[in-house]
Amino acid sequence: MNALFAFDLLGRLGWNQFPTNPIEMGGAAAIVLGLLFVLGVITYLKRWKWLWKEWLTTQDPKRIGVMYIIVALVMLLRGGGDAALMRVQQSISVGNNHGILSASHFQQIASAHGVIMIFFVAMGLMFGIINLVLPLQIGARDVAFPFLNATSFWLFFAGMALVNASLVVGDFSAAGWLAYPPLSELRYSPTVGVDYWIWSLQVAGVGSLLSGINFMVTILKMRAPGMSLMKMPMFAWSVLGSMSLVAFAFPILTVTLALLALDRTIGTHFFTGGAGGNAMMYVNLIWAWGHPEVYILVLPAFGIWSEVVSTFSRKKLFGYTTMVWAIWTIVLLSFTVWLHHFFTMGAGADVNGFFGIMTAVIAIPTGVKIFNWLFTMYRGRISFKTPMMWFMAFVVIFTIGGVAGVLMSVPAIDYQVHNSLFLVAHFHMMIVGGVVFGYFAALTYWFPKIFGFRLHEGFGRLAFWFWSVGFLTAFVPLYILGLMGATRRLDNYSASLGWQPLFIVAGIGVALIGIGVAFQVVQLVVSIWQRDQRRDLTGDPWNGRSLEWSVPSPAPFYNFIKQPVVTVRDQFWADKQSGKKPMQEYEDIMLPKNSGLSVVIAGCAFLFAWGMVWHMYWLSLLMIFGIIITLVVRSMNPEPEYRLTAHEVEKLENARKRQLKTYEANV
Amino acid sequence: MNKQTKRILTAAFVLFVGIIVLTGWYLSRHTIPVLEPAGPIAQKERNLMVFGVLLSVVVVVPVFTLLGAIAWRYRESNHRAKYSPDLEGNRILETIWWCIPTAIIAVLAVVIWRSSYALDPFKSLSSSKPTLHVQVVALDWKWLFIYPNQNVASVSEAAIPVNTPVDFEITSDTVMTSFWAPQLSGQMYAMPGMETQQNLEASKLGSFNGWAANISGSGFAGMTFKIKSMSDAGFSTWVASAKHSKRDLNASTYAVLARPSSYVPPSYYASVTPTLYDTIMLKYMMPISGNTVPVSTEAYQ
Repeated sequence: MNALFAFDLLGRLGWNQFPTNPIEMGGAAAIVLGLLFVLGVITYLKRWKWLWKEWLTTQDPKRIGVMYIIVALVMLLRGGGDAALMRVQQSISVGNNHGILSASHFQQIASAHGVIMIFFVAMGLMFGIINLVLPLQIGARDVAFPFLNATSFWLFFAGMALVNASLVVGDFSAAGWLAYPPLSELRYSPTVGVDYWIWSLQVAGVGSLLSGINFMVTILKMRAPGMSLMKMPMFAWSVLGSMSLVAFAFPILTVTLALLALDRTIGTHFFTGGAGGNAMMYVNLIWAWGHPEVYILVLPAFGIWSEVVSTFSRKKLFGYTTMVWAIWTIVLLSFTVWLHHFFTMGAGADVNGFFGIMTAVIAIPTGVKIFNWLFTMYRGRISFKTPMMWFMAFVVIFTIGGVAGVLMSVPAIDYQVHNSLFLVAHFHMMIVGGVVFGYFAALTYWFPKIFGFRLHEGFGRLAFWFWSVGFLTAFVPLYILGLMGATRRLDNYSASLGWQPLFIVAGIGVALIGIGVAFQVVQLVVSIWQRDQRRDLTGDPWNGRSLEWSVPSPAPFYNFIKQPVVTVRDQFWADKQSGKKPMQEYEDIMLPKNSGLSVVIAGCAFLFAWGMVWHMYWLSLLMIFGIIITLVVRSMNPEPEYRLTAHEVEKLENARKRQLKTYEANV
Repeated sequence: MNKQTKRILTAAFVLFVGIIVLTGWYLSRHTIPVLEPAGPIAQKERNLMVFGVLLSVVVVVPVFTLLGAIAWRYRESNHRAKYSPDLEGNRILETIWWCIPTAIIAVLAVVIWRSSYALDPFKSLSSSKPTLHVQVVALDWKWLFIYPNQNVASVSEAAIPVNTPVDFEITSDTVMTSFWAPQLSGQMYAMPGMETQQNLEASKLGSFNGWAANISGSGFAGMTFKIKSMSDAGFSTWVASAKHSKRDLNASTYAVLARPSSYVPPSYYASVTPTLYDTIMLKYMMPISGNTVPVSTEAYQ
């Protein structure tokens, strides 16, 4: 308690907090050198001013979306590196050989892998794709609160930066990705690791909550005239469902983390035994957020599948109304199943039975969605471009993972596979097969809309095959290992158990996925290289259906010259069928001005969290004032928007058309 | 189908069969504890799992068949297939696929409810033999087994008589972890200040592996144990030999035992202070002056 008021300049920070063992130093060096390299390149190319004006201060959701996706893909490499290290350790750490990682380091890596993949890869890709697509799809020029949107991104960035700072200074939490107390309490985890975990999630989590509210309002208030809710594209519906979950679930996370932080910082006893606290309360609270979180991630992916399947089958989505009902059934049910994450805590037969049944019930709307997608393909003209290939793999993997999920909804079965690698295989099949594959499909699908050229199809396919085959190779053995008794997060096991060959196979799977990732990088590089031959001149590369394809590629920063009017579902498809051309009259457009204040707020939030981690309370206090002052300054700004006159729009449009002519001449 | 497609499909099929055969051969040489139960509880849990898989097949087979058939038939290059771009739904079909999963889940719901009661880990098993009580304490990072009626204790190894109901009363004197011996039963969390139970019975003789299934700190991978199922005579011998141990379990020897250590080989105590288990439990209940026994924290610093 005293420490809170003492003016301690460096808090817990000291030279002994820097890594000393070679693998940890490698990680730290990778972060530091990577950062220096990026900063060096920007300086060398004299791009700082451009970067600040065009990107860092932007309030254009498409650019914010691109930044989300860049961060998420870099974090995918980091989280994938963690996964590879774990598999290497588990392939060799048998019996008296304890492998390359110490137990505590292994547990830090396992925890970081989960945290990074969920919060900074899956969430980042999700918010990135929503930012790119959603305003365009509902015929809006922007989100409801552009400044808030930019602030959300920068808070996400600050949280990401804090997680990665733990590689360089101090350590990371070794208590698993959800840091159950008592293990995460000060007594058992006295280092800064858990504090890094708490504060990076707290900062990123506030960003997610603000985004959730922002997109909910955007969908409810900013749709194009005539677009009633039941005329929205299915992706917009799924985002509305997901963002409602964000708005209701993330406050629970914020409170839970805050209580744990109080326990660790000022010695309260919310979750400690011995003074009236109860760790079981934490487990309940964290999953009351954690289970909806799964659906927060998967619902937008479901929306993406609806768009992809319908477009590539060149057919209307089958069972639109049913799909909407399925989404909202899932939204509602997702708050009634959290206890299935701890059937083994001894809640008793009636409680376990209830939550087991509710869990199984979620399979119903999910099954309905799968059938509707299959019948969207039925009597279609299916073009198997990469997004559609991802869909095929999704159905296979998601169904296998779903069967495992239904099994685990039976408490008496769950007792035998809980906390085992069987469970690990299950949720990876749901989150990678269901969510990440969906986001990959989305990236390929909407890439031309944002950048104006298509991704290379051949390398996309190669990446797809290595990812899918590698994924099955990496995770099917885990089902077997789970049944053989292998629990999660083991840094060592006895040779007599016969697990090693299966761990090696799983490791080969991870290597195959690594090749898949490499092909994705190659795909991106080659596509940028060949961008002039790959230009999307029509704005409609896939014969699309919804409004985003009615504007040119890349979409102009004001999205629409004139806000479209909607009369039917799949408006753009209907317009193409009837030969209706978009309106070509120009009007004045109000757009948000750039603002650097989002970066300032996130910078303050980062330093605030840093102060909390290292017990430099003076810094945290200062930064709270910093945030308040920034918000006041922002609120005093009388003109956060500027007018783009009809004349300027016309000039921009004419310039674009001239540019298009030169592209056409090149092809 | 052209020649190349056929060749690829054949190769994939051969590869698939090869993998299945190889996996089968490999697994036949190793124990798969969850699928090879040695007692009635684990047996019932295994049977439930098999039932669940069979029930799922009812959905999985049609889905995979439809996926393959529709994708093949309505591929872009097949111009003979019917194309109905405006087909947007079918009330009967949609009703059917709300009903099929609902029916399956309804069956499953009954199974879930009944099995939750039947396999409730807290429920004592009926038997003509009296139940053996074993108190289990999770420590950093080993398991302590106290036999209150036999007045012996053991570490990393528990002996139980075969065909006799056993009630493991589980707590923790450190963080939360999970008690799991899959050939005998599913797992149950061990938590400080809480007592959970796992009732089980061994129907076979043998030595069965057990694990701590929830991460509990750096020594967690070495927190394994064995449950040895013995004849009644064998069990009496085991108790008698434990009684010959030179050590007793009292407050001071317990404090030594509770210090963090991992990969701990089996050891035995000739007697146990009768209040020890309750003291461990009470340590984490509401603060009562005098019972805030500090656990050594030096290993964590």
